[in-house]
Amino acid sequence: MVESILFTFALGAVCGTILSFASKIFYVYEDPRIAKVENLLAGANCGGCGFAGCSAAAEAIVAEEAPANACILVGTESVSEIAIIMGSEAGTAEPLKSYNNCDGGIRATDRFIYDGLNTCSAVTSFYGGKRDCSIGCLGFGDCVRACGFDALHIGSSGYPEVDKEKCVGCGACEAACPKSILEVRTVSQRLLHLNAYDDALAPCAQTCPAEIDIPRYIGHIRKGEYEAAVNTIRERNPLLLACGRVCPHPCESYCRRGIEDEPVSINQLKRFVADYEMNSGKRIPIECAPDTGKRVAVIGGGPAGLSCAFFLRRIGHHPEIFEAMPKLGGMLRYGIPEYRLPKKVLDWEIDGILNLGIDDHTNVRLGVDFDFGSLIASGFDAVFFSVGAWNDYNLGIPGEDLDGCFTGIDFLAKIGNNEKVSIGQRVAVIGGGNTAIDCCRTLLRKGVNKVYLVYRRTRKEMPANEVEIVASEHEGIEFVFLAAPNAVVGNEDNQVTGLEYLKMELGEPDASGRRRPVPIEGSETVLDVDMIITAIGQSPLLAFRGKGDRLDELTITRWNTFEVEPATCQTNVPYIFAAGDSATGPALVVDAIGGGRKAARSIDLFLSGKPVVAQPEFLLNKHIPGTIFESVDGIVRKKRTEMPELPVAARINNLNEVDLVITETDALYESDRCLNCCRICYNADS
Amino acid sequence: MGYFELIISCIFVNNILLAQFLGNCPFLGTSKKMETAVGMGMAVIFVLVMAGTITWLVYTFILVKFGLVYLRTIAFIVIIASLVQFVEMFLKKSIPALYAGLGIFLPLITTNCAVMGVCVLNIDKEFTFLQALVASLFYAVGFGLALVLFAGLRERILLARVPRPLQDTSIALITAGMISLAFFAFQGMV
Repeated sequence: MVESILFTFALGAVCGTILSFASKIFYVYEDPRIAKVENLLAGANCGGCGFAGCSAAAEAIVAEEAPANACILVGTESVSEIAIIMGSEAGTAEPLKSYNNCDGGIRATDRFIYDGLNTCSAVTSFYGGKRDCSIGCLGFGDCVRACGFDALHIGSSGYPEVDKEKCVGCGACEAACPKSILEVRTVSQRLLHLNAYDDALAPCAQTCPAEIDIPRYIGHIRKGEYEAAVNTIRERNPLLLACGRVCPHPCESYCRRGIEDEPVSINQLKRFVADYEMNSGKRIPIECAPDTGKRVAVIGGGPAGLSCAFFLRRIGHHPEIFEAMPKLGGMLRYGIPEYRLPKKVLDWEIDGILNLGIDDHTNVRLGVDFDFGSLIASGFDAVFFSVGAWNDYNLGIPGEDLDGCFTGIDFLAKIGNNEKVSIGQRVAVIGGGNTAIDCCRTLLRKGVNKVYLVYRRTRKEMPANEVEIVASEHEGIEFVFLAAPNAVVGNEDNQVTGLEYLKMELGEPDASGRRRPVPIEGSETVLDVDMIITAIGQSPLLAFRGKGDRLDELTITRWNTFEVEPATCQTNVPYIFAAGDSATGPALVVDAIGGGRKAARSIDLFLSGKPVVAQPEFLLNKHIPGTIFESVDGIVRKKRTEMPELPVAARINNLNEVDLVITETDALYESDRCLNCCRICYNADS
Repeated sequence: MGYFELIISCIFVNNILLAQFLGNCPFLGTSKKMETAVGMGMAVIFVLVMAGTITWLVYTFILVKFGLVYLRTIAFIVIIASLVQFVEMFLKKSIPALYAGLGIFLPLITTNCAVMGVCVLNIDKEFTFLQALVASLFYAVGFGLALVLFAGLRERILLARVPRPLQDTSIALITAGMISLAFFAFQGMV
């Protein structure tokens, strides 16, 4: 008896001693915060967070691999306590939610008849699933069974629908889905996601330079949910009023209905919901992530700058915009005339963006009113350049310095800024792009009798938007094609009296695929004009360089643009990013908006100390192979809604907006023309 | 009995899982995925070799010597539990890679009756020290083998048409029974 008691004591003592020494010898320092965090977790070891038990989750939270709200069982109180333990920088308690990206469901076609076990994981093991679509939902509901919160069900169309109220963002559905249909993301992650090869994207959404989820917002309009449509557009494009008016809608060229019928009037629908919000008198609230305290300087308040600032603000950073002109808007304000984009519409839109808490400084020019060194010294963590392309090219012909010679952007900016410009009676505008057309139409509205558009190729080669060319034809602008300006003719008073040009003929196609114009010998002709506007393209004005700071290290391309990594918008100076015309050369407004968001993603990576790398599998406005069709079945032709516009007589002597918004009835009809396409499936008419 | 027969006996004939029916809890719990099955198998091999030899030493040189064999169960429990704790601490400090690899399975083994069972079997069969060492190692190998085989089967069962009442654990138990029956073919070989 005594021996057994003694032995048991001895055994305990030996084991205890060995373990005590071992604890001392083999002690590994652990962050004391881990224990504190673990105490605040549920302690159920349920694995809902995606880690092996609560201690692993606590370690991940302290290692900042998981957010403070990783645990799906604890309430907001514990989450905020964890956030306090972790300090403010890790305390972004932005909620995660599950999103379904596939609209296919039962309308999607099958490759083979499957008669096996009714689970998604089972059917995936047979050649990746029965669907024709390589990423599409299989519809057996593995996600529904995985969800512990009853937040998912397979809807009548055969794909999972998420109940946002019940979803806690635990990630169980994402883990259970073999196809990555369901994604559990924070709003910030969604805002910064760039289109990727394995996304569920319709051809229009692949084409849109701003990557707007077009079928989704048209779907909202179809259901009458105009606010939801606006929110969907705002996830990608903060300037929907402006884009709804001026975007040349490259998306519509790839509209699947357009293959057999006229394309859906996507941009008219965007304009309809954008105007709906403005005319409703109240602004739809815009969701922003908790503050991070990081500051970003945005140089240039044009579309790229506004877009970048908007997305940075929405993910919690603090952008400040520095603008050289008296008001924000860049080319939207100073390049696009009033009759296409009224200033009060633009003001309303920009106010909405600034209301998120973005500071702006206008009338300050980098290199003149403030310098780069002091900007960095005042505590900005990153700098975004979106200075645009404001430097007009010159023709390089004699007489260009005579009175009455202007350049395109310079002229439009003066008009946009209500400056006094002496305008002639007979004007020649040189160039075939949108700037040239804008100059022509503005001149008409300023009471000019005769406006010539002088272009060295033919109408077919004109880079301007087709609708703009048609509108200017209606308004009576005279086109002088195949004419290359040779010299500006002037009188003794240094005043322009004519434009001498050479007639051209089209020769062999050049690098751009357009036929190269060749001059005809001895065909000099003089056009009798008293004012000439040159609008043959622009390049960025980078006069702020050469002051002996980091900006001098930036690599500049031979087109005088910033050299950036196309997928990240980062320059060779790590904390400087650039997008918009100053990085791409003159391009569309919507390109600049897309660039601003891409840069915001990179700046966010940079500010959180992660490597600034391209998103894996990013699409960069290329098309997903196999999603662009030659022909489409099941289309019943339905007439496209015409854009209402002011009659010519009512518009050419004033600056009233020419293009009008479609009615609600038309918007509902037009949204119903949308096939709600995804990669390969769509809702056929018949 | 030669060592070759002992090895065959431990792995196949007297497989700890399929013939002795010990350690069924981790057998069902960690066999859903091949990855976890391999992790558990490795952890069991590691711990069982240490536990088997140390308990044999304690039994032979302490319990028998002082006539305290009736304290075998309680002594073994304390020893195995302390050992696992010790090994965990040691690995965490010295071989963090292995520690991370074994992960959650190491502490799970504290409550694994296969470990206890093998230690007791070593004594009951009156093995020498070397025999106990070899037996512990190959019982553990047998455990790992059965676990990996079973995990492979379960991964495929997931994709098969199983009537609803029999899904998951039910079909796993039936399958385990059938593998066990198959292993009975080894009976009498050694």
